[in-house]
Amino acid sequence: MIEFSLWDIFSNLLLAARWTVALSLVAFIGGGLIGLTLLVLRLTGKPVLVRSINTYTQIFQGTPLLMQLFLLYFGIGLLGIDTSAWVSASIALTLYTSAYLAEIWRGCVESIPRGQWEASKSLAMSFGQLLTHVILPQALKIAVPPTVGFLVQVVKGTALASVVGFVELTKAGGMIANVTFAPLLVYSCVALVYFALCFPISLYARFLERKLHVARR
Amino acid sequence: MPILEQWPALLKGAALTVGLTAAATFIGTLLAVSCAWSRVYGPLLFRWVAGAYVEAIRNTPFIIQLFFLFFGLPAAGVKLSPLTASVIAMVVNLGAYAAEIIRAGIEATPRGQIEAAQSLAMNHAQIFLRVILPPALKKVWPALVSQVTIVMLGSAVCGQISTEELSFATNLIQSRNFRAFEAYIIGTAMYLVLAIALRHFLTWFGRRFLFGR
Repeated sequence: MIEFSLWDIFSNLLLAARWTVALSLVAFIGGGLIGLTLLVLRLTGKPVLVRSINTYTQIFQGTPLLMQLFLLYFGIGLLGIDTSAWVSASIALTLYTSAYLAEIWRGCVESIPRGQWEASKSLAMSFGQLLTHVILPQALKIAVPPTVGFLVQVVKGTALASVVGFVELTKAGGMIANVTFAPLLVYSCVALVYFALCFPISLYARFLERKLHVARR
Repeated sequence: MPILEQWPALLKGAALTVGLTAAATFIGTLLAVSCAWSRVYGPLLFRWVAGAYVEAIRNTPFIIQLFFLFFGLPAAGVKLSPLTASVIAMVVNLGAYAAEIIRAGIEATPRGQIEAAQSLAMNHAQIFLRVILPPALKKVWPALVSQVTIVMLGSAVCGQISTEELSFATNLIQSRNFRAFEAYIIGTAMYLVLAIALRHFLTWFGRRFLFGR
C-alpha cells in the first residue's frame, strides 16, 4: 500500500483544481457571450423574443444545475453525438451562466434612466448606436460588481460537474479520499482550495461594489 | 409512458424534497436571524465567529459541505444518516446566505425607530424582536424567498449521498429502464413546478401571516 503524505494529497488536489478553473473560465466566457446576445435580443423589445428569453431564464433558474447537467449529458448522447463529460459539463454550465448573466445585466440596463433612450432616439441614433454609445457603456459600470460576484457561483457550480464523471476538484477529492481512507482531511483540503479560489473573488466583488457606491453618492 | 408509470416513486421523491426544504427553511431562518444579530449587535467574539461561518459557507460548494458532513465526519466518529446529513447541510447553507440577507435588512432600520423604542423603556431583546426584526424581514422577504428556492434546487445534490429525494428517484428510475433522458426531463420539469409553486407559496405566506397587508 502506498502512503500518502499531506503534500501528495494537496498537490494532487491543486492539479485537479486546474480543471475547475478551466471549466469556470469556459462557462464564464461562453456564458457571458451568450448572455450578452440574449440581452441585446431582449432589448429589441420584440414580444416573441422577450417571451422566449424569459422562458429560457426561468427554466435555467428554476431547475437544479445537477439536473441540467444530467439532461445535457444524456441528451447530447441521444442525438447520436458521442460526448465526453468535459463537453457536456461545459455546455451545461455555459447555458446556466448565460441565463443568470442575461438576467443580472437586464437589471443593470433597466436602471439606466428612460430619458437616455428617448434622448438617443431623438438624435436619430440607430438601435446599434444607441446600445454601443449610450446604454451599454453606462450599464457596464453598474454591471461589473454583480458579474464578478456571480463568478463565485460559477466556480462553485463546477463542483457539480463531478457527478457526470468530470475529474475536477470535487471528483479528485472523492477519489483521493477513497485511496487514502482519510475523507475528513481530504474534504477539508478540497474545501480549503475552493475557499482559496472563491474568497478573493468575493472580496474583490465587494470592493468593486463599495467603490461604485462611493462614486455614485 | 414508462417513466410516468413510476409516478409513486417520483411523488414520494418530490414529497421528501419539499420536506427537506421545509425543515431547512424553518431551522435555517432561525440560525440566520441569530447570525445576523451576532454580526450586527453581538459581542466581538460572536461577530467574528458568525462572520467566519458565513464566509466559509458562501465560498465553498454545497456538494463539498454535504460530502464533508456525510463522508468526512464519520472519520471523526460522528456518523450521520443521509437524511440527517442532508438536513444539516441545507440548514447550514441556507443559514449563511440568509444571515447576509437579513443583516442587510437589519442594518437598514432607521436610527429613530430604535431611539423611539429605547425611550419607551423597551429592553434590548424587545427592541430587536419587535422593532428591528419584523420590518427587516418584510424588507428582505423577496430575497429570502429566492434564497429558499435556490436551496430547494440545491437539494437535488442530496441524492448523491442516497437521500431519497426527487433527483434520487429520477436516477433510480433511469437506472431501471435506461430511459435516462426522458426520466431527467420529467424530473427537471417537476423541479420547475416545485420552484414556481414554492415562490408563489412563500410570497403569499409572507403577506398573509407575517406582515399583514
